[in-house]
Amino acid sequence: MKFVKDFRDRELAEKLLSAINHEAEPSRTYRFMEVCGSHTMAVSRFGLRSLLPKNIELVSGPGCPVCVTPQWEIDAIFEIASRDDVTIVTFGDMIRVPGSRGESLQKLRAEGADIRIIFSPLDTLKIAEETGKDTVFIGIGFETTAPTSAALAKMAKELGRTNVFIAPFCKTVPEVMDVLLSDETLEIDGFLCPGHVSVVTGLDIYKPVTAKKRSAVVTGFEPLDILSSVLEMVRQHNKGEYEVKNFYTRAVKNEGNVKAQALLKEVFYQADTDWRGLGRIPKSGLRFRDEYKFVDALARFGIAETGVTDLKGCKCGDVLKGKMKPSACPMFDNGCTPQNPYGPCMVSSEGSCSAYYKYER
Amino acid sequence: MCLGFPGKLIEMDDFKAVVDIDGTTREVSLMMLPDEVVIGDYVMVHAGFAIAKMDPDEAQKTLEALREFADLLDEEGQL
Ligand code: SF4
Repeated sequence: MKFVKDFRDRELAEKLLSAINHEAEPSRTYRFMEVCGSHTMAVSRFGLRSLLPKNIELVSGPGCPVCVTPQWEIDAIFEIASRDDVTIVTFGDMIRVPGSRGESLQKLRAEGADIRIIFSPLDTLKIAEETGKDTVFIGIGFETTAPTSAALAKMAKELGRTNVFIAPFCKTVPEVMDVLLSDETLEIDGFLCPGHVSVVTGLDIYKPVTAKKRSAVVTGFEPLDILSSVLEMVRQHNKGEYEVKNFYTRAVKNEGNVKAQALLKEVFYQADTDWRGLGRIPKSGLRFRDEYKFVDALARFGIAETGVTDLKGCKCGDVLKGKMKPSACPMFDNGCTPQNPYGPCMVSSEGSCSAYYKYER
Repeated sequence: MCLGFPGKLIEMDDFKAVVDIDGTTREVSLMMLPDEVVIGDYVMVHAGFAIAKMDPDEAQKTLEALREFADLLDEEGQL
């Protein structure tokens, strides 16, 4: 497939690597963050971290939606799931995420709870119609996925459905990047910006990054995408001139997807919300506007926001900020494995702990 | 989670389409797609929605730029 295979060309990848080696100045260090969990996975899977010169460090960031979902939101799902006559509808990534008491949707399902894994949020409509029960879609995700929750809300409204609900757990990327930029202990020189978030948002959201003298390169998920972006960030850093670049033009338009942006605006407003490891970040969450409040699962089930973000003993918080390598967590491969995860970063296929466990152990 | 897959449009009406992603067919919604598409085009598929039209010319341009850059390195004898 031309959009994938060509971007894995080994010879070109090797040339990019030697150019990176050539241009990275031995006296400097370069710390770049891959914001997106899919980038973390690609970097691990293609073994890119070990191929780069020692003074270039790629650190993983907060871009795995399952991982950043705070503990109280996870526990809220179990609270809803414990009611009679409720169907939970979710993406597959959530099924093994552990609750505070070690419960998971997978276990609950084995005990007979009605839990359905879907591919598209719109499948919720059909399930709700078939069962007639209160049907709750777990709406997690960033700007890539949030419009799909919005689409479900809009369809539920248009069809006059009263038994479709959505847990409003979607979060937005610019606000969390801003928190990372303001953290002086982090010393990040550039960001590999999330390609599929950018498909929706466009490039303007990264202007604050370059204004703070860090590079921002929007890129895809194949080795050539990542290596050419690292080279670009090395060059920008050497010159001290920073510019937002789009290296994923085959999918990302500079203005983004205007239809998806309009849908987000129509359904959601931006509210303060909690992140695992990062705490409460102003205006970083998406909550339903009054016209769509009828689908809000938190309101329907009277769920209180407790503000508890982390699991005791799990270091996901530090991992998500790029402060700790997964392998440095005392529980890594020692009570926490993909087969038996303790924290969400080990559960999700794009969580940093699971990426390191699979490929960089 | 934010995974997107390039899929080839093989059937469509005003709202829905069927795409072929690497040999598997999937139904996707077009309600979020801002671009005009025809059968045979590639779209980025995410969670049951086409979220962007993939641009083969842009893919080509990116690859050509990389190849030119590699040739330049060869000429300069950097490698
Ligand atoms: S290894 Fe497990 S416990 Fe440690 S940070 Fe990762 S998910 Fe949390």
